[in-house]
Amino acid sequence: MHKVYTNIIQISGDVITVEAEGIGYLEIAQVFTRRGVSLAQVIRIEGKRVSLQIFAGSRGVSTGDKVKFLGHAMRVASGPDLLGRVFNGSGLPLDKGPALTDSLIEIGGPPVNPAKRIIPRKMIRTGIPMIDVFNSLVESQKLPIFSIAGESYNELLARIAIQAEVDIIILGGMGLKYDDYLYFRDILEEHGAISRSILFIHTASDPVVECLLVPDISLAVAEQFALQGKRVLVLLSDMTNFSDALKEIAITMEQVPSNRGYPGDLYSQLASRYERAVDFEGAGSITILAVTTMPGDDVTHPVPDNTGYITEGQLYLKNGVIEPFGSLSRLKQQVNGKTRDDHRTIMDTMIQLFASYRQALEKQAMGFQMSSWDKKLLHYGRSFENRVMSLKVNIPLEEALDLGWKILAESFTPEETGIKKSLIEKYWPVKPGISNL
Amino acid sequence: MSAKRRGVITQINANMVTASFDTFVVQNEVAFIMHGNEHLKSEVIRVRGNNAEMQVYESTSGLKVGEEVEFSEELLSVELGPGLLGQIFDGLQNPLPLLAEKCGFFLKRGFYLNALSKEEMWEFTPLVKPKDRIQAGQSLGFVQEKIFKHYIMAPFSLHGVLEVLEIVPFGKYNIKQRIALVKDSNGKESEVFLSQPWPVKIPIRAYSEKLKPSKPLVTRMRIIDSLFPVALGGTYCLPGPFGAGKTVLQQLTSRHAQVDVVVIAACGERAGEVVETLKTFPELIDPRTDKPLIDRTIIICNTSSMPVAARESSVYTAVTIAEYYRQMGLNVLLLADSTSRWAQAMREMSGRLEEIPGEEAFPAYLESRIASFYERAGLVRLYDGSMGSVTIGGAVSPAGGNFEEPVTQATLKVVGAFHGLSRERSDARRYPAVDPLISWSKYSSFIEEKQVKRGHEILHKSNEIAQMMKVIGEEGTSLEDYIVYLKGEFLDFVYLQQNAFDKVDEATSKERQIYIFGFIYNILESVFSFSDKDEALHYFQKLRQLFNGWNSCVWQSEEFKNSEQDISLLLDEKIEKEKVNA
Repeated sequence: MHKVYTNIIQISGDVITVEAEGIGYLEIAQVFTRRGVSLAQVIRIEGKRVSLQIFAGSRGVSTGDKVKFLGHAMRVASGPDLLGRVFNGSGLPLDKGPALTDSLIEIGGPPVNPAKRIIPRKMIRTGIPMIDVFNSLVESQKLPIFSIAGESYNELLARIAIQAEVDIIILGGMGLKYDDYLYFRDILEEHGAISRSILFIHTASDPVVECLLVPDISLAVAEQFALQGKRVLVLLSDMTNFSDALKEIAITMEQVPSNRGYPGDLYSQLASRYERAVDFEGAGSITILAVTTMPGDDVTHPVPDNTGYITEGQLYLKNGVIEPFGSLSRLKQQVNGKTRDDHRTIMDTMIQLFASYRQALEKQAMGFQMSSWDKKLLHYGRSFENRVMSLKVNIPLEEALDLGWKILAESFTPEETGIKKSLIEKYWPVKPGISNL
Repeated sequence: MSAKRRGVITQINANMVTASFDTFVVQNEVAFIMHGNEHLKSEVIRVRGNNAEMQVYESTSGLKVGEEVEFSEELLSVELGPGLLGQIFDGLQNPLPLLAEKCGFFLKRGFYLNALSKEEMWEFTPLVKPKDRIQAGQSLGFVQEKIFKHYIMAPFSLHGVLEVLEIVPFGKYNIKQRIALVKDSNGKESEVFLSQPWPVKIPIRAYSEKLKPSKPLVTRMRIIDSLFPVALGGTYCLPGPFGAGKTVLQQLTSRHAQVDVVVIAACGERAGEVVETLKTFPELIDPRTDKPLIDRTIIICNTSSMPVAARESSVYTAVTIAEYYRQMGLNVLLLADSTSRWAQAMREMSGRLEEIPGEEAFPAYLESRIASFYERAGLVRLYDGSMGSVTIGGAVSPAGGNFEEPVTQATLKVVGAFHGLSRERSDARRYPAVDPLISWSKYSSFIEEKQVKRGHEILHKSNEIAQMMKVIGEEGTSLEDYIVYLKGEFLDFVYLQQNAFDKVDEATSKERQIYIFGFIYNILESVFSFSDKDEALHYFQKLRQLFNGWNSCVWQSEEFKNSEQDISLLLDEKIEKEKVNA
């Protein structure tokens, strides 16, 4: 019943071309090689010439190998049986559990009708003031962490995942170091979260192309849970690896590259994944937190650049802290007006003053005389860095706002902050803080 | 229907499908791919031998070589008629709310609905009688659509003088009932309905002349209206790196701009942003009409995860609808966010066609496409002497925030105003992040020219001094220069920046702008006496705080006047009167 072909006429990069008929675009096939069975997907059809990207890589594929077309697009099992399990980039079990074949769903289905979306309105509290106060995370948001190799982005991702109030956590690892995979698994276990987690892991040692399926599989599974009313948090690390795999295939297919070798449709490819973040009216939601490592710490690199245009903000993780400049949650306005009436003012004022602090620092570095205003700024900036920015700080939002007022009052007079009188009267600490919270 | 020309799929490459045919095909005609029960809309974009290459407006997943294609002979068109206002369409004019009713949460491929309801009855009032002579685009009558008289015009596709043969009397009709019959000079008769189709890529030219835009379009954003104004019928662009606030600025403009109709083309951007407009506009009341904002708004929404080819058509759909309402003598504002995504859609297609790439792999015709899009803006005098306008504001998302890239550069050549957003300003939370040092406008503002010039001067000078101070330090700067620096910062903080979350500050009326700018102008021109820089800094900080309070007072309220008095008192303390008069 399945069509099997053996006439592979071209092998180039991780793309093989086979002569076949009646094959659907994006259909999935199995390739039987001496190294085992690999999945492959149709990416171009020209008459009888059918080109497939082969997820396990083309190494060892012989021109005489069998290609079996399955007659459908990529599918993955869904449902509660997946919870607590670990799978590879093609959806096969990596743990000792059985393979799942129940309630199969197609991945990469149609997009959500914009008219069916609702305005995000629920804040996800993380206990990290740099997120809660300055860039609140919102349910159904898609937010990447921009970072560089060597930063502790996976730790940050894991910490948010554990503290966030969500029903299900799905981790999609792309080019993940094996250590990092173990770290995620252990920390989820430690906090008793593994039973509500699903892991799709593609490690750095697996064939590069195999990570192409990870975001789609993770998001398709997430979508099923969300439709059943669950709040799902999807963690994707690292989307730069995914983009690089896209690049590899595009180059193999002789596509005209647009920017630094990446294909012209990189934006659309990334967008079709990130846009799956959604809050279903009357059902659950999908929130996406992704990692995008920036080669050479360059935010204008095509991957972070395109990502920034797609996602609803970004967090810059630099030198172990979330950088207040450049970091942005576009959805924060949806929630930070409903928390406490001083939230927005504290957020704006503290950042504006922190910008002035950075200028004062520059001045100091160049050896200029410090005015009394500069000295105040330096005092303020340092306590901001130590007491608010540090990722070690773990306090609820309200406490963080109180702390903000305290730090302001320790450094400035009320007029110097430019805050409206009504708020000063309500919140300005009567005696500048003595404690060193 | 056997007369339909057909073809057969021979190649599939992402959203480009090649079909062989044996009769003939028309360039840019719409074709349908017959995939089982699904009929997927596509457009012929290149013909080679007897192969037609088509861009498919849907996902091509599952398509097979050998499947049939049906050519329609029609160019990609939109339906123009009553019922467009308040609607939300995708790039192919499918009404999305109706689609949601029928298909649920997800979009369904190959499922097309009528843009306008066939059942809805409209009360038609005729304005002509048989034997009257009219031209294409002139009104035959009108129906009431929301807040407007929606004129029913003789089809734009007709030429010359038309004679009215028949016209229906006052009464209720739907869009499929004939309301008139006209005859052209060759004796050819044409039926007229409440709605008419029009191919999106061809401008509507049924007007007597195109005029130079001169009247300012009031956006109620201070930095735009006062320093970098836009004219009714003009064009402007809004490039900026991600996170600089392009979309927020466009949303604010769509809310506050003083025009009759706003068409929003959400092209290849986030769905969430459209949703905000979608859900809040029905509740926001337009103070000019006392009706919900949605009543004057049309949204064309082809967000980033929707098929790419339809993204390309969505800006054309939007501009065609804008032109249609212009024909009724209305002022229409088209906001396109973002034109870069539209350009990228062209690039994707060009790549699949294996055309020789230009800069950054964009096709060579990028510039001419962008130019002809913006050229569809304009202020026109219609046949009956009334005026209508289409103003186009396009957001541009330059790769890496670098304005040297092809889309920004091609856009700058053809627009009348440039509002450049900068990362520095948005990082410093100076919103709207329009950078006054790089932006420009060829249109004139309603603020006195002398004052505007002074404003620009102070901003540039203040920036120069700030740069200088970074090198030589505050102590090396004279008090005089330091005060100029403070004045520039003051203008920036209390006037150019606007708090989008303050009910009053988010939009400033023309009268208020003229008044406040005049007030600030006097401060800029004043000579202050300070003993040292610290005193000057504190003084301006205090002034700024008072001004911020003033900005959130309702225009001409008691509070407003009190605030003004407080500020005047503070000014009296430090301004050296004699020198001002001298």
